[in-house]
Amino acid sequence: MSHVVNSKGRGGFIAGFLILPLALYLTFVIWPYVQTFGYSFTNWTGQSPTFDFVGLDNYSALLKDEVFRGALLHNLLLLVFVPTVTILIALFFAFMLNAGGRSGAGGVQGVAGSALYKVIYFFPQVLSLAILAVLFGAVYRSDEGGLLNGFLTKLGLVDPAHPIEWLNEPNFVLWCLLLVVVWHGVGFYLVLFSAAMQSVPKDIYEAALLDGAGRAQTFFKVTLPLLWDSVQTSAVYLGIAAMDMFVLVSTMTSGQFGGGPDHHSEVMATVLMRNFLYFGKAGYACAMGVVMLVLTLILSAITLRATRREHVEF
Amino acid sequence: MTTVVKAPGEAAAEKKRASATGQPAGKRKSGSDGMVLNVFSHGFLAVWGILIVLPLIWLVLGSFKTDVQIGESALSWPANWHFDAFPRAWNKGIGSYFANTLIVMVFSVPLTMLLGSMAAYVLARYPFRGNRPIYYFFVSGAMFPVFLALVPLFFMVKRLDMLNTYQGLVLVYVAYSMPFTVFFMHSFFRTLPTAVHEAAVIDGASHTRIFFQVMLPMAKPGLISVGIFNVLGQWNQYILPSVLMQPQTGSDPERYMLTQGLIQLQYQMGYETDLPVLFAGVTIAMIPMLVVYLSFQRQIQAGLTSATLK
Repeated sequence: MSHVVNSKGRGGFIAGFLILPLALYLTFVIWPYVQTFGYSFTNWTGQSPTFDFVGLDNYSALLKDEVFRGALLHNLLLLVFVPTVTILIALFFAFMLNAGGRSGAGGVQGVAGSALYKVIYFFPQVLSLAILAVLFGAVYRSDEGGLLNGFLTKLGLVDPAHPIEWLNEPNFVLWCLLLVVVWHGVGFYLVLFSAAMQSVPKDIYEAALLDGAGRAQTFFKVTLPLLWDSVQTSAVYLGIAAMDMFVLVSTMTSGQFGGGPDHHSEVMATVLMRNFLYFGKAGYACAMGVVMLVLTLILSAITLRATRREHVEF
Repeated sequence: MTTVVKAPGEAAAEKKRASATGQPAGKRKSGSDGMVLNVFSHGFLAVWGILIVLPLIWLVLGSFKTDVQIGESALSWPANWHFDAFPRAWNKGIGSYFANTLIVMVFSVPLTMLLGSMAAYVLARYPFRGNRPIYYFFVSGAMFPVFLALVPLFFMVKRLDMLNTYQGLVLVYVAYSMPFTVFFMHSFFRTLPTAVHEAAVIDGASHTRIFFQVMLPMAKPGLISVGIFNVLGQWNQYILPSVLMQPQTGSDPERYMLTQGLIQLQYQMGYETDLPVLFAGVTIAMIPMLVVYLSFQRQIQAGLTSATLK
């Protein structure tokens, strides 16, 4: 492509290196994103090549769509609980691992075997959500063959004649899914927080200990502020995951693309897929995609603002 | 659960250390407080460890049971160790789903790394008009949910006649991995020293040559981090293949990815009531991940955390 001299062929080199990545990215990512906005104003079915411009009809239909509104509510519930529960448990364990050991002259130490714990906790992170869906589908089975029901029956907490229908119980289903997300996520965020904790210089802890701070005080006054950046990043990532939830809901719950029983576990992504691939309402599904985008952006902005604190340099 | 008994020698050593710091009273207090906390934290940590491991072991055990035994009680040990569920699962499709996933990733991962690094390199080290806008343009893609693109993407791939083809999925995987790869490699290439680059220029190496023979080898740690991220991301991808990889006509063969295939197997085994096959299928899908994870767990943990924090 280019030849020997530095300045010569520079432009060609730059263009040559950018053209393929840009072309792929434009074709398969950006252009579909842009098109979605356009299609969301049409009554396109996806089947016929023709469609009409219907203005904001899809959006006003969305507002009246009970199923979509329920799904939106579920996403918002998950959005509050997924990050909170995951981050709290992960912080708790990260602190245990790094400061739960016996105190020695070197100040607070990590527990013995913390490396082994980290290896075990992190493992769910490398498993695909599809594997988790099958695994927890079996755990939540509604007869004694399910791990949960089998265990509770053995303990005498559940009547074997009437085991709990975890994923078919309208009040339980969403929380059952939440547990899977937390089970999956804690290990990763624990390792993340743990790495951040270890990058905090030891003398800061020592100084706090010398000043007579207890462990709880050290955690809230020293560790947490220094970890704030990681907590904030985690909240955004977990928030985005809570807006999605497609794999677990569509594979673990009843109904076409999941969402059952009776729409009690519906999330926006499953409603979108059902409208697109099952009802053939491509334009309507596009409007849902736009709503999901707007919400994701608003929520990341809110998270970043709400959790903004003074930076601590070290 | 786990009780930690302090060895006498250890306790004495601690006392010695404590007195050496000149603060025996304060140290002793926090020491005993630490003891309680230590047992307490080991307890909690062990419980969570069991909560992670138990369901996985239980599932693997299920592939050695019979369907009847699985249904009767969750807490049974395999009565006779049946191994036949594994070959059955392999023949039910797991083998071909595995092959399909490998075929796609053999092309998509190297292509992602190559194209992503090329774009990131040029954007990181060559100032030119439009550099910043192009960079932000690349990176912004990471902020949007994939659902935003799904409907038009389906028709785009259909128009290219690439639905249910390997090459179609490869291109889509590469495109969707681009934002993160460019973002991460961009920050990595910026940290590399310019002196080496200048020396290579003086030696008369071309831009392309410098990239492949000097910069890319120097960026190896970064490439490994992003590589891990992309391998896990593409291996575990479910939404894109479930929209793009469906047989288009009656004669079009199934080219399901492993994740998609497992869910397919779940439906199928629900009808055929052969859960051991499903559990064996999941076990087969889990084993390579477990092996790769245990051999590279340090790099994987470090890679994923640095990839997230950058």
